[in-house]
Amino acid sequence: MATIAAGADTPIAAARPRRYMDRKSLLPLLIFLPPSLILFTLFVVLPMIDAATFSFFDWNGYGPITDFVGFENYADVLTHRNFGTAIRNSLIVVAVSLAIQLPLAMWCAIALAERSISINVLRVLFFLPYMLAEVAAGLIWKFVYDGNYGLLPAVGDAIGVDMPFVLGDKFWVIPAIMLVITWKYFGFHMMIYIAGLQSIPSEVIEAARLDGVRKWQIVRHIKIPMIRSAIVISVFFAITGALQLFDLIIPLSNGGPSHSSHTVVTFLYQFGILRMKLGFGGAVSVLLFIACVVVALAYRRILFRVEQN
Amino acid sequence: MAATSRKRRPVISPVQWATLILVALFVIVPFYTTALGGFKEIGELRVNPFGLPASWDPVRFVEILGGPRYFSSLGNSFLIAGGTVLLSTLVASMTAFALAHIKFFGSKFILGYLMLGLLFPSATGILPLFIKMRDLGMLDSHWGIIIVQVAFSVSFSVLLFHNFFKDLPKELIDAARMDNCGYLKIYWYVTLPLCLPIIATVGIFNFVGSWNSFLLPLIVLNSEAKYTWPLGIMQFQGQYGSDWPRILAFLTLSIMPAIAFFLLAQRYIISGLTGGAVKG
Repeated sequence: MATIAAGADTPIAAARPRRYMDRKSLLPLLIFLPPSLILFTLFVVLPMIDAATFSFFDWNGYGPITDFVGFENYADVLTHRNFGTAIRNSLIVVAVSLAIQLPLAMWCAIALAERSISINVLRVLFFLPYMLAEVAAGLIWKFVYDGNYGLLPAVGDAIGVDMPFVLGDKFWVIPAIMLVITWKYFGFHMMIYIAGLQSIPSEVIEAARLDGVRKWQIVRHIKIPMIRSAIVISVFFAITGALQLFDLIIPLSNGGPSHSSHTVVTFLYQFGILRMKLGFGGAVSVLLFIACVVVALAYRRILFRVEQN
Repeated sequence: MAATSRKRRPVISPVQWATLILVALFVIVPFYTTALGGFKEIGELRVNPFGLPASWDPVRFVEILGGPRYFSSLGNSFLIAGGTVLLSTLVASMTAFALAHIKFFGSKFILGYLMLGLLFPSATGILPLFIKMRDLGMLDSHWGIIIVQVAFSVSFSVLLFHNFFKDLPKELIDAARMDNCGYLKIYWYVTLPLCLPIIATVGIFNFVGSWNSFLLPLIVLNSEAKYTWPLGIMQFQGQYGSDWPRILAFLTLSIMPAIAFFLLAQRYIISGLTGGAVKG
């Protein structure tokens, strides 16, 4: 290794003229780069540009795009009676994730950070719902909530309470969906925290313990501050996940009853895609895009860590 | 002295255990009732929610396994997920290799450009994407889904590969270069064999994502014969309405492959999914 490293500094190597690219690397570059650049441009970047273009036209997807309408589509979206609900619901998902799901995940992570067989069984179990397809998770819980045959009314019978049809109830549908989201994703966040906790040197905890620091003080003043980057990442996933929530809602409530449980993406699907209103859908896409970029830029240091290194 | 201070303290207190068991029940009860529900009669579901079924007659399971829908939808999903993984691994690792090991003007710019995909979920542009696929004649085809999913996965996969490649010892590449080994050969014979762990991480991440994906197949596929399993199960549920025992049997059979795979390879899958996410 040493000889090779030294070899790089020999006069011969230094005398070679520095060019931006030597000729030999042209062919490899022409093979290695285009596939991903073309696919990414064609199916990720261009659709977003198209969405922005469509949002200024009235177009049903067929024939030439000629009907320029300015910001009318944006006005239509912002004044749509269900758009406010969709935004509100997406914000509720973010709030509940941060206030309930992540603390639950953190509590479990702290309890389960150390290794033993029974602990490992619980970890795997808690992670299992995250593996499950959203559609399957949604259908399982649709059964649990089913007003006629489900688990919830059966439990209600047992304790003598008449349970509502939660998914058909404008009020209960949101808490019901939140419970499913917590069930589905807390194990993922728990695993992120566990990975963080395991990277804390055990001497730090041991030293604090010998100094007589209380258990919850260790958690509060040592463990949580030391896994800050894991928390930052999990909060990022919770927010972006909430913004693009779709698969889980369709089987559970399909945005109902009377459009009360739409999220931004189910709203886009219901009123833009199903009705082929490209201008309207484009405007929703652009608004969603802006929201995502704002969140991501706030988190730029994580996302672009690659460039710092 | 050391021995006494190291005396084993209970890691988890009784109160913690009780809470953990409650959380475990919360996680497991929906699975448990789903698995048993397929054996129960519809009237039994309400009166006997937690108990074992009155009979273990597997009639619904047999009917589903014998029907045309189950295996074809799982097969379609497998084909799409497998194709996506193969293609995205190849495409992303090639690009990451070029960006990490070949010096050329604009490499930083290209990396930054590809990383734009991390800023927003690809589903944001789903409606124009649909139009684009229609114009390119990619609708209602498995290839269409595979190619678009590869495009969706490029940013993240390139990021993971690039992070891995740039930590490989530079001497390795330099030595191969001095032996007059071209970049194509270095990529194939030197780098790829060294990066099996990251191939596994990226592969698991993309496989699970494709296996579970719903929105893209939903807007792309029309013919039932091409449905992936999430579409198949939604259609089955729509068809049988509240015939829950039948739906639960179908659900149980549909999620079984993923759960079996997970339990067999849980260590790799957990580190693949969380590691994949965290390394980003």
